Amino acid sequence: MNKLALFVVVITGLMLIYAGQDLPPFGDPDTAMYQHNMTQYFIENSESESGVSNIVTALLANYRGYDTLGETTVIFTAGMAVMLLLRRRER
Amino acid sequence: MSRIQESVIIRTVVRIMVPFIELFALYVIIHGAGGPGGGFQGGVIFGAAIILYAMIYGIAEGKKRVSDALDRILASTGLTIYAGTGLLCILFGGMFLQYGAVPLIPDDPAKVSKYLIDLVEIGIGTTVAAVMISLFFDVSPPESEEGELPDYEGAD
Repeated sequence: MNKLALFVVVITGLMLIYAGQDLPPFGDPDTAMYQHNMTQYFIENSESESGVSNIVTALLANYRGYDTLGETTVIFTAGMAVMLLLRRRER
Repeated sequence: MSRIQESVIIRTVVRIMVPFIELFALYVIIHGAGGPGGGFQGGVIFGAAIILYAMIYGIAEGKKRVSDALDRILASTGLTIYAGTGLLCILFGGMFLQYGAVPLIPDDPAKVSKYLIDLVEIGIGTTVAAVMISLFFDVSPPESEEGELPDYEGAD
Protein backbone atom coordinates (compact mmCIF):
# COMPACT_ATOMS: atom_id res chain seq x y z
CA MET A 1 0.00 0.00 0.00
CA ASN A 2 2.76 2.44 0.91
CA LYS A 3 4.70 1.56 -2.22
CA LEU A 4 1.64 2.29 -4.33
CA ALA A 5 1.23 5.66 -2.59
CA LEU A 6 4.90 6.50 -3.17
CA PHE A 7 4.53 5.51 -6.83
CA VAL A 8 1.48 7.77 -7.28
CA VAL A 9 3.23 10.68 -5.53
CA VAL A 10 6.38 10.32 -7.67
CA ILE A 11 4.39 10.08 -10.91
CA THR A 12 2.27 13.11 -9.97
CA GLY A 13 5.37 15.08 -9.06
CA LEU A 14 7.09 14.23 -12.35
CA MET A 15 3.96 15.24 -14.28
CA LEU A 16 3.84 18.57 -12.45
CA ILE A 17 7.53 19.22 -13.13
CA TYR A 18 6.97 18.36 -16.80
CA ALA A 19 3.94 20.68 -17.01
CA GLY A 20 5.84 23.41 -15.14
CA GLN A 21 8.26 23.74 -18.02
CA ASP A 22 5.50 25.39 -20.06
CA LEU A 23 4.78 28.14 -17.51
CA PRO A 24 5.67 31.64 -18.72
CA PRO A 25 8.72 33.26 -17.09
CA PHE A 26 7.99 35.09 -13.82
CA GLY A 27 6.90 38.68 -14.47
CA ASP A 28 6.93 38.32 -18.26
CA PRO A 29 4.77 41.21 -19.60
CA ASP A 30 3.94 39.37 -22.85
CA THR A 31 1.79 36.63 -21.29
CA ALA A 32 -1.93 36.45 -22.00
CA MET A 33 -2.68 37.34 -18.38
CA TYR A 34 -1.01 40.74 -18.64
CA GLN A 35 -2.17 41.40 -22.20
CA HIS A 36 -5.86 41.09 -21.28
CA ASN A 37 -7.63 44.43 -21.04
CA MET A 38 -9.35 43.46 -17.75
CA THR A 39 -5.90 43.52 -16.09
CA GLN A 40 -5.40 47.09 -17.25
CA TYR A 41 -8.88 48.00 -16.00
CA PHE A 42 -8.33 46.55 -12.53
CA ILE A 43 -4.92 48.19 -12.14
CA GLU A 44 -6.35 51.58 -13.07
CA ASN A 45 -9.75 51.51 -11.37
CA SER A 46 -9.78 49.04 -8.49
CA GLU A 47 -8.59 51.51 -5.85
CA SER A 48 -11.01 54.29 -6.82
CA GLU A 49 -13.93 51.86 -7.09
CA SER A 50 -13.41 49.64 -4.06
CA GLY A 51 -11.37 51.89 -1.75
CA VAL A 52 -8.69 49.31 -0.95
CA SER A 53 -5.15 49.62 -2.24
CA ASN A 54 -4.59 45.86 -2.48
CA ILE A 55 -5.83 44.76 -5.90
CA VAL A 56 -6.06 41.13 -4.76
CA THR A 57 -8.39 42.07 -1.90
CA ALA A 58 -10.41 44.34 -4.18
CA LEU A 59 -10.98 41.44 -6.55
CA LEU A 60 -11.54 38.88 -3.80
CA ALA A 61 -13.98 40.82 -1.64
CA ASN A 62 -15.52 43.35 -4.02
CA TYR A 63 -15.60 42.29 -7.68
CA ARG A 64 -15.83 38.62 -6.80
CA GLY A 65 -17.49 38.95 -3.41
CA TYR A 66 -20.15 36.43 -4.29
CA ASP A 67 -17.50 33.87 -5.17
CA THR A 68 -15.71 34.43 -1.85
CA LEU A 69 -19.00 34.00 0.01
CA GLY A 70 -19.25 30.63 -1.70
CA GLU A 71 -15.69 29.76 -0.67
CA THR A 72 -16.42 30.60 2.94
CA THR A 73 -19.57 28.49 2.77
CA VAL A 74 -17.54 25.58 1.40
CA ILE A 75 -15.10 25.80 4.34
CA PHE A 76 -17.97 26.06 6.83
CA THR A 77 -19.81 23.11 5.25
CA ALA A 78 -16.63 21.00 5.16
CA GLY A 79 -15.97 21.70 8.85
CA MET A 80 -19.53 20.84 9.84
CA ALA A 81 -19.53 17.68 7.68
CA VAL A 82 -16.30 16.41 9.26
CA MET A 83 -17.73 17.20 12.70
CA LEU A 84 -20.92 15.25 11.97
CA LEU A 85 -19.07 12.27 10.49
CA LEU A 86 -16.29 11.90 13.07
CA ARG A 87 -18.04 12.85 16.32
CA ARG A 88 -20.74 10.21 15.93
CA ARG A 89 -18.23 7.66 17.19
CA GLU A 90 -18.18 9.16 20.68
CA ARG A 91 -21.79 8.23 21.42
CA MET B 1 2.10 12.72 28.93
CA SER B 2 4.56 12.67 26.13
CA ARG B 3 8.08 14.00 26.47
CA ILE B 4 7.34 17.02 24.30
CA GLN B 5 4.44 18.11 26.49
CA GLU B 6 6.50 17.73 29.68
CA SER B 7 9.28 19.98 28.44
CA VAL B 8 9.33 23.19 30.47
CA ILE B 9 10.97 25.07 27.61
CA ILE B 10 8.25 24.19 25.12
CA ARG B 11 5.43 24.88 27.58
CA THR B 12 6.88 28.28 28.47
CA VAL B 13 7.59 29.23 24.87
CA VAL B 14 4.06 28.26 23.81
CA ARG B 15 2.57 30.20 26.71
CA ILE B 16 4.52 33.30 25.70
CA MET B 17 4.05 32.94 21.93
CA VAL B 18 0.32 32.16 21.67
CA PRO B 19 -0.91 35.73 22.42
CA PHE B 20 1.54 37.15 19.90
CA ILE B 21 0.47 34.66 17.22
CA GLU B 22 -3.14 35.62 17.88
CA LEU B 23 -2.28 39.31 17.64
CA PHE B 24 -0.43 38.67 14.38
CA ALA B 25 -3.51 36.83 13.07
CA LEU B 26 -5.72 39.84 13.82
CA TYR B 27 -3.14 42.06 12.12
CA VAL B 28 -3.14 39.87 9.00
CA ILE B 29 -6.96 39.94 8.84
CA ILE B 30 -7.18 43.73 9.17
CA HIS B 31 -4.16 44.32 6.94
CA GLY B 32 -5.87 42.52 4.05
CA ALA B 33 -7.17 45.79 2.59
CA GLY B 34 -3.79 47.49 2.38
CA GLY B 35 -1.29 44.73 1.69
CA PRO B 36 -0.75 41.01 1.68
CA GLY B 37 -3.13 39.23 4.02
CA GLY B 38 -6.81 38.66 4.42
CA GLY B 39 -9.46 36.68 6.18
CA PHE B 40 -8.43 33.22 5.04
CA GLN B 41 -4.76 33.59 5.97
CA GLY B 42 -5.43 35.37 9.26
CA GLY B 43 -8.07 32.85 10.23
CA VAL B 44 -5.70 29.96 9.65
CA ILE B 45 -3.00 31.67 11.75
CA PHE B 46 -5.49 32.25 14.57
CA GLY B 47 -6.62 28.63 14.39
CA ALA B 48 -2.99 27.49 14.42
CA ALA B 49 -2.36 29.43 17.65
CA ILE B 50 -5.19 27.62 19.44
CA ILE B 51 -4.13 24.27 17.92
CA LEU B 52 -0.56 24.83 19.15
CA TYR B 53 -1.88 25.54 22.64
CA ALA B 54 -4.11 22.44 22.59
CA MET B 55 -1.23 20.27 21.34
CA ILE B 56 1.08 21.20 24.20
CA TYR B 57 -1.37 21.71 27.07
CA GLY B 58 -3.67 18.84 26.11
CA ILE B 59 -6.90 18.52 24.17
CA ALA B 60 -9.05 18.82 27.31
CA GLU B 61 -7.33 22.07 28.31
CA GLY B 62 -7.75 23.36 24.75
CA LYS B 63 -11.45 22.50 24.77
CA LYS B 64 -11.79 24.42 28.03
CA ARG B 65 -10.61 27.55 26.21
CA VAL B 66 -12.56 27.01 22.98
CA SER B 67 -15.50 24.73 23.67
CA ASP B 68 -17.30 22.82 20.93
CA ALA B 69 -20.39 25.00 21.34
CA LEU B 70 -18.35 28.21 21.04
CA ASP B 71 -16.63 26.75 17.99
CA ARG B 72 -19.91 26.09 16.22
CA ILE B 73 -21.29 29.49 17.17
CA LEU B 74 -18.17 31.26 15.86
CA ALA B 75 -18.14 29.29 12.60
CA SER B 76 -21.72 30.21 11.80
CA THR B 77 -21.33 33.79 13.08
CA GLY B 78 -18.57 34.51 10.58
CA LEU B 79 -20.66 33.31 7.69
CA THR B 80 -23.63 35.31 8.99
CA ILE B 81 -21.49 38.47 9.13
CA TYR B 82 -20.54 37.96 5.48
CA ALA B 83 -24.02 37.15 4.20
CA GLY B 84 -25.51 39.84 6.46
CA THR B 85 -23.23 42.46 4.90
CA GLY B 86 -24.52 41.38 1.50
CA LEU B 87 -28.13 41.62 2.65
CA LEU B 88 -27.43 45.04 4.21
CA CYS B 89 -26.53 46.29 0.74
CA ILE B 90 -29.86 45.00 -0.59
CA LEU B 91 -31.69 46.79 2.25
CA PHE B 92 -30.21 50.11 1.10
CA GLY B 93 -31.22 49.56 -2.50
CA GLY B 94 -28.06 48.09 -3.96
CA MET B 95 -27.29 44.68 -5.33
CA PHE B 96 -26.13 41.77 -3.16
CA LEU B 97 -22.65 42.66 -1.82
CA GLN B 98 -22.64 46.02 -3.62
CA TYR B 99 -20.91 47.76 -0.72
CA GLY B 100 -21.14 51.26 -2.16
CA ALA B 101 -24.92 51.28 -1.77
CA VAL B 102 -24.75 51.54 2.04
CA PRO B 103 -24.90 55.25 3.01
CA LEU B 104 -22.40 54.90 5.87
CA ILE B 105 -20.35 57.86 4.69
CA PRO B 106 -22.27 60.26 2.40
CA ASP B 107 -21.03 60.67 -1.17
CA ASP B 108 -18.07 58.33 -0.83
CA PRO B 109 -19.03 54.79 -1.87
CA ALA B 110 -15.37 53.74 -2.18
CA LYS B 111 -14.72 54.49 1.50
CA VAL B 112 -17.86 52.59 2.57
CA SER B 113 -16.66 49.70 0.43
CA LYS B 114 -13.30 49.80 2.22
CA TYR B 115 -14.88 49.44 5.68
CA LEU B 116 -17.37 46.80 4.60
CA ILE B 117 -14.55 44.80 3.00
CA ASP B 118 -12.83 44.86 6.40
CA LEU B 119 -16.07 43.62 8.00
CA VAL B 120 -16.33 40.84 5.44
CA GLU B 121 -12.69 39.85 6.07
CA ILE B 122 -13.43 39.62 9.80
CA GLY B 123 -16.34 37.32 8.99
CA ILE B 124 -14.15 35.09 6.81
CA GLY B 125 -11.45 35.02 9.48
CA THR B 126 -13.91 34.01 12.21
CA THR B 127 -15.31 31.14 10.17
CA VAL B 128 -11.92 29.86 9.00
CA ALA B 129 -10.38 29.99 12.50
CA ALA B 130 -13.36 28.19 14.06
CA VAL B 131 -13.38 25.51 11.36
CA MET B 132 -9.60 24.94 11.72
CA ILE B 133 -9.95 24.46 15.49
CA SER B 134 -13.00 22.24 15.03
CA LEU B 135 -11.17 20.05 12.48
CA PHE B 136 -8.26 19.61 14.91
CA PHE B 137 -10.57 18.58 17.75
CA ASP B 138 -12.47 16.28 15.35
CA VAL B 139 -9.43 14.20 14.46
CA SER B 140 -8.00 14.11 17.99
CA PRO B 141 -8.78 10.70 19.52
CA PRO B 142 -11.03 10.56 22.63
CA GLU B 143 -8.29 9.03 24.82
CA SER B 144 -6.22 12.18 24.41
CA GLU B 145 -8.54 13.85 26.95
CA GLU B 146 -5.88 13.21 29.59
CA GLY B 147 -3.54 15.45 27.68
CA GLU B 148 -1.54 12.99 25.62
CA LEU B 149 -0.47 13.55 22.06
CA PRO B 150 -2.39 11.31 19.62
CA ASP B 151 -0.71 7.98 18.98
CA TYR B 152 -1.13 7.44 15.26
CA GLU B 153 0.52 4.05 15.01
CA GLY B 154 -2.28 2.31 16.86
CA ALA B 155 -5.08 4.04 14.96
CA ASP B 156 -7.71 1.56 13.77
